[in-house]
Amino acid sequence: MSLKKTNPFSELYRKYPNFSLLIGLFLLTLILFSFMVPGKFFTLSNFSSIAFQLPELGILTIAMAITMLSGGINLSIIATANLSGIVMASIMKAMIQGQGSPVGLIITLAVLAGFGCSLLVGLANGIIIAFIGVSPILATLGTMTLVNGISILSTKGYVISGLPDGMLFIGNGSILGIPVPFVIFAVVALLVGFWLKNMPSGLSNYLIGSNETATRYSGVNTKAVIMKTHILSGLLSGVAAMIMISRFNSARAGYAESYLLVTVLASVFGGVDPSGGFGKVGGVVLSLFILQMVSSGLNLLGVSSFISVTLWGVLLIGIMIVQKYQRK
Amino acid sequence: MSNLLKKNEFYLVIVIFALVLFLGITTDQFLDPGNLLELFTSYSFLGTMSAGMLIVLISGGIDLSFTATATISQYVMSTLIIEYGGNIFIAYLIGAGVGVGLGLVNGLLIHFIKKHPLIITIATLNIFNGLLMYFTKGKWIYNFPMWFSDPHDVMVFESAEGYIYPITLPLFLFFIIFVITALILKYTKIGRKIYALGGNKEAARRMGFNIFGLTLFVYGFMGLLAGIGSVSHALIVQTVAPNAIVGKELDVIAAVVLGGASMDGGSGTVIGTFLGVALVAIISNAVILLGIPSYWYQILLGTIIVISVSITAINNKRNMKKEAEINVA
Repeated sequence: MSLKKTNPFSELYRKYPNFSLLIGLFLLTLILFSFMVPGKFFTLSNFSSIAFQLPELGILTIAMAITMLSGGINLSIIATANLSGIVMASIMKAMIQGQGSPVGLIITLAVLAGFGCSLLVGLANGIIIAFIGVSPILATLGTMTLVNGISILSTKGYVISGLPDGMLFIGNGSILGIPVPFVIFAVVALLVGFWLKNMPSGLSNYLIGSNETATRYSGVNTKAVIMKTHILSGLLSGVAAMIMISRFNSARAGYAESYLLVTVLASVFGGVDPSGGFGKVGGVVLSLFILQMVSSGLNLLGVSSFISVTLWGVLLIGIMIVQKYQRK
Repeated sequence: MSNLLKKNEFYLVIVIFALVLFLGITTDQFLDPGNLLELFTSYSFLGTMSAGMLIVLISGGIDLSFTATATISQYVMSTLIIEYGGNIFIAYLIGAGVGVGLGLVNGLLIHFIKKHPLIITIATLNIFNGLLMYFTKGKWIYNFPMWFSDPHDVMVFESAEGYIYPITLPLFLFFIIFVITALILKYTKIGRKIYALGGNKEAARRMGFNIFGLTLFVYGFMGLLAGIGSVSHALIVQTVAPNAIVGKELDVIAAVVLGGASMDGGSGTVIGTFLGVALVAIISNAVILLGIPSYWYQILLGTIIVISVSITAINNKRNMKKEAEINVA
């Protein structure tokens, strides 16, 4: 027996090739930047700023990833987030007048209304995909355009700004030193991870991604599962909207549009198979951390942010090449 | 007749005809040849790229990086002609060359990594766009040489009243490219092989088709048209900006899909794509001419996309059911 086979690391690598690769990359990025930007990268303030920046993109990426696991895609997540952010912000602006308003209640109502709106978009996506039979990329391309249109029409392209302090706390406050958005992100990641791993519809979501026809013939109500996945994806876009408007202190049609393709990139980088069936929330979370560390590390080094965008693309190509040789 | 009802183009023609009739009656500018020529000139760059996207979709792939390719072509072309001079032919040649080069990069990566083109081209979109922004620092270019700013008309018609209707070079190229794309798809071996590749890749491979060559051709052609379209765009708007085209990738795909091309590959026609582009152009013109607030444009477009892809899906389902029935008699 050679030494290599008894090595616990190689055992781990054999069992979870992609996950170990991501852990390795995570540590590498952490160590590399800690040495390259001494005294700035490995600091509480840097990690805290990462923890404030990551959740928006993180929750949107999870919204994207769950649809990709079922072999689909959801191009409407950003449009949905913007519309539900606009709903939240306009309700707050309209209902909070003067000192006497019950601010807490209004914020809760507004956020719930926003969630409801994002849930409706998810429902529409689910119906068009599962029942009418349109391919997910086309269905959500259509709803993306439509939902964007509704956002532009309802705001006439203007920004709704100036949210109550209670709302700003969601995106900018901390509980016991941990940023609130990060707490929300962690809860979302754990819940979605639990759903995928332990609930029948979550498991079926993987099966549909592997082979939809076989899943249907083995007695799974695939239409219901696809509906659930898209409703959840819409709802998560709403949760991201809550953090987004709070951090921007405003809502508008067209915010964060450049995130759309980045969420696909982060999902695939985290091990989600673009044709569906494989991938874990843990991998996606690691991928988000790596991408965020790369961009904040390069930022601290004074490198242009466009270089980090380029590097994200290079990393994605790189990891796909490695995955190709792992399979052999 | 029943065959006609199954064709996506048939519905498109009806919708377009209805729109044209409606706009012709309600507005007096729409059917004016000047308006129509201007409208199609302004859509010629989107149209040029949609022909490339059509071939990519037929081959069963997708390309999201072509907008970055187009913008890089524009910057390289403008920088070179401002620095060294040249003529319009050289400008198009530079744009086309850069476009083909970047398209081939996509083709190579897609063939060797063997992952879904959607993901590969998202990666190259990030790489191309990141590098572009880094090197140009987001600067706009508008100090074009005189010869570039002069009107480039291929033909000029004059009406009896003395109005002048020019066929501009971008518009002319748009039509020529559609004709060439149609000829390639219909009458060349490579065109028929691209349909076969999109229909069933494994079958195409076992037939002994050179998949690598086909992939290079498809993405190289997309790059070529992105490059040509980008020079047309610069010629029309006389400015080059880093964010003028990037972000429009889904608009082009929407126009091609409206024209009946399938995301699964293997089907799609040049006429359908032309009608798809025409529909998008006419809707945007209608919103302006009818004085509807421009916010409605996106809602109209979105509704039309949702309805159109739903009708296609329902038709496909029906056809599948028909094929499943065994007709003994």
